[in-house]
Amino acid sequence: MNALFLIARLGGRNVAIESAQVESVVDIGAVVPVPGAQAEVRGLAALRSRVVTVIDARVALGLPPLADAGGRAVITAVDGHHYAVLVDALDDVAPFTLEPLSPGIALDHGWRLAGCGIVEREGEPILAIELRSLIPQTAVAA
Amino acid sequence: MDDLLQEFIAETRETLEALSGEIVAWEAAPGDRQRLDAIFRFVHTVKGSCGFLDLPRLSRLSHAAEDVLAAVRSGERAPDTSLVNAVLAIVDRIGELVEAIDAGASLDDSGEDLLIAALDEGSAATVHANAPVVQRAPTRSVRLSVDLLDRMMSGMSDMVLARNELARRLRDDGADPVVEAALERLSLTVAEMRDTVTRTRMQKIEALFSALPRMVRDTAAELGKSVTLAIEGADVELDREMIEMMRDPLVHIVRNAIDHGIEAPAERRRAGKRENGRLTVSARQSGNQIIVEISDDGRGIDVDRVIAKLARTGRAEHELRALSDKARLNLVFEPGLTTKDDVSAISGRGVGMDVVRANIEQIGGRIELLNTPGGGLCLAIHVPLTLSIISTIGVGVAGQRFAIPRQGIEEIVSAHAEAIRVDMIGDTPAATVRERRMPLVDLGRLLGLNAGDEERHPDMLAIVGVAGGSYALAVDAVLDSEELVIKPAAPAVMAVGTYAGQTLPDSGLPMLLLDCAGIAAKAGLRFDRAAAEEEEVHGGVSEGVQALLFHDLDGARRLAPLAAIDRIEPIAAEAIRFSAGRLRLSIDGRIVPLAAQGRWEERAHLSVLRLHDGAQEVGYLIAEALDIVHLPEELVPAAEEGPVAGVVAVEGEQIEVLDLHWLFANHAEDATPAAAPVCLLEGEGSDWMRTFLKPAIEAAGYRAVTRLAAGEKAAVVLAMEETVMAAPTSVPVVRLRTQREGASADSIYRYDRAALLGALAGAAGRRA
Repeated sequence: MNALFLIARLGGRNVAIESAQVESVVDIGAVVPVPGAQAEVRGLAALRSRVVTVIDARVALGLPPLADAGGRAVITAVDGHHYAVLVDALDDVAPFTLEPLSPGIALDHGWRLAGCGIVEREGEPILAIELRSLIPQTAVAA
Repeated sequence: MDDLLQEFIAETRETLEALSGEIVAWEAAPGDRQRLDAIFRFVHTVKGSCGFLDLPRLSRLSHAAEDVLAAVRSGERAPDTSLVNAVLAIVDRIGELVEAIDAGASLDDSGEDLLIAALDEGSAATVHANAPVVQRAPTRSVRLSVDLLDRMMSGMSDMVLARNELARRLRDDGADPVVEAALERLSLTVAEMRDTVTRTRMQKIEALFSALPRMVRDTAAELGKSVTLAIEGADVELDREMIEMMRDPLVHIVRNAIDHGIEAPAERRRAGKRENGRLTVSARQSGNQIIVEISDDGRGIDVDRVIAKLARTGRAEHELRALSDKARLNLVFEPGLTTKDDVSAISGRGVGMDVVRANIEQIGGRIELLNTPGGGLCLAIHVPLTLSIISTIGVGVAGQRFAIPRQGIEEIVSAHAEAIRVDMIGDTPAATVRERRMPLVDLGRLLGLNAGDEERHPDMLAIVGVAGGSYALAVDAVLDSEELVIKPAAPAVMAVGTYAGQTLPDSGLPMLLLDCAGIAAKAGLRFDRAAAEEEEVHGGVSEGVQALLFHDLDGARRLAPLAAIDRIEPIAAEAIRFSAGRLRLSIDGRIVPLAAQGRWEERAHLSVLRLHDGAQEVGYLIAEALDIVHLPEELVPAAEEGPVAGVVAVEGEQIEVLDLHWLFANHAEDATPAAAPVCLLEGEGSDWMRTFLKPAIEAAGYRAVTRLAAGEKAAVVLAMEETVMAAPTSVPVVRLRTQREGASADSIYRYDRAALLGALAGAAGRRA
């Protein structure tokens, strides 16, 4: 089954995000912090007339946070709320076939929650991730 | 009223369209419960709306159809073809009537009796009402999809932001005044436009409440009840969609409250309530929810009866009884349930509660019940705040802006102003604002925005009122006041607990709306509700004589001056005895004379007013203390002397006031033992005296002793005739003899009680 995937760099690695989860890809402007919120919540940003919650995907994956907020983000809608998931860079959009993780491969903590399979680009296996699982306080779809 | 009618028409028309599929399906499978429920809800809703819009014909039709459908729902009737046809004929007729009303045409009502008759069991008549084709009049309203409105709203916001950007650019470039004037005009139009567009999506909840007074009045009048309606928070602004969705549930709940909740005046009187039922409808915003509360002071829900009713429909009673209190209460939401034995045109059979819950849950809300059997029901509808316009105050903390709902702010003061003190009580900061001490919450510190900066002192204090009390919220600056469109924030943001939503002001930078109650909770502030209420009671009525309003045992409500009441205590019926000729109460190891009006034996809960005049105590039995009120000056004296001094008017009601003087004159024991004169029982025969005479003497108010304590002085000495006094004293002596007829005139026959007490009194210099 071929689907369109977005290949992004996240925490120094390539990841694949199924395009159905992605509303758009934007450059985030000023981010207003939300004091008291979990570390994953970078803050709020305005996207035209809409307020999005900015999620630092690196923190969600258990990696050190990005030095400065802003930059590239993938916009996704979960349960009626819009989130901007910060990524390091965007690489490519191409159709791939999603395959299950090879048996025996154990992902470490953060990745284990997000990973949902593998796509193969010119022999390189890329972890496909579920954006929803990076967002705190959201029930992960069963 | 016209608006409401238009809405009713549009709504009915819409439901009918949606229902047409259901009707066909029901026709094919009359046993289908879901279809049945959908049609039932429709006629029930129509009935509810038209009772209130004064459309008697529609009301009659829908009521008849509802009756039959309810019978089907409860299994009393089988949905056979003739029944289905008859119901469908009525549904069709409702549609025709609605069109006729819309067109302003009149429709001949000759066929309606037949339609209703066709519903009866065994009726073979299949009626086809031939409706004249009614030309639909052009209506002046349209229905739009919410989606379209939302797009318009967000387009509008984009336009505002673009205008701001343009203005900034022009300012930076030093634009031509002509261009600036054009921009000015654009700004004005955009502002007006935004207002209009916002109104298309938002509406004051007043729109929902404005129909209530009339409806309550009419409904109550129809039922022969009298109900006072209080509406609070009508200016909360809500998503129109929400308002639309809440209309039916609200109507149902209010009708139910009047019909089932609030009792008939006679019953209320018997229960000791005021005849006027009270119904309060209020709306408020709390966190990311709007809460609409409907509370009445009626009889509440009789859970046992609900269970009994459900058991009759075939549910296992022991299972129902085994449920938790809350689950049992929630049984009122079971479909097809009625707690009322007779059916009325108002709320029919208690149905609607399942419909109500279905409607509320459809918009992501929930209903909470707070039931006080015999005391009323409070129903709280919680609906998510999808969109609301809130008047806010912008504050600055550590360089970041936040909005605070203006509703919660009592006042804003400068921390450096004269009448303001900020102190540390232990490690807890407290503010004293004009003699009022309250906890202080440093917003910056609470949010962790200025950690490490211990020496910083905020400049402004916003006094925030939350349930139970107030606190001072310290901020760096108060910036502006603005009406903002608030949207709910993402769950991860709401989970912090201090935010109520997010907004995008004209600056283009998102801003968070603070949740004042959440902040208080986060800061660990605890307000004792009871203490606050007590303060209110004492602070609120400071002038004049205060009196306690209470339920007396005979069902009347009476007043007693507060100053005479030492304490109000709940007591057990066992502590009360009719002993030694009068009612007495054992309390605190003593026996206190007791006054009561009415029967106390069967009551489970009793309280006693411990009345004190400074020296003596009398208990007055009551059923329940109610309130502290200001005692009106004007008292109409009672027709005759008795426990009631007279009657006063409290809020238009006649209330009797206790006559304390009479109560003490008739019930108080003569004197407290300590102050009683001492009667010394002297010599031989003192054993007889102690056994036989002492109680009588003590009843007369003396303290009888056989030996004087050190320093004690007898007021009178009682001795037998033949007793020889140890030493002559100045104390008067009363002598007794054993024979009825005695030789000596200065002795008294020992069983002549009246003479004896008279002599004692004369000797001791007391009144007889």
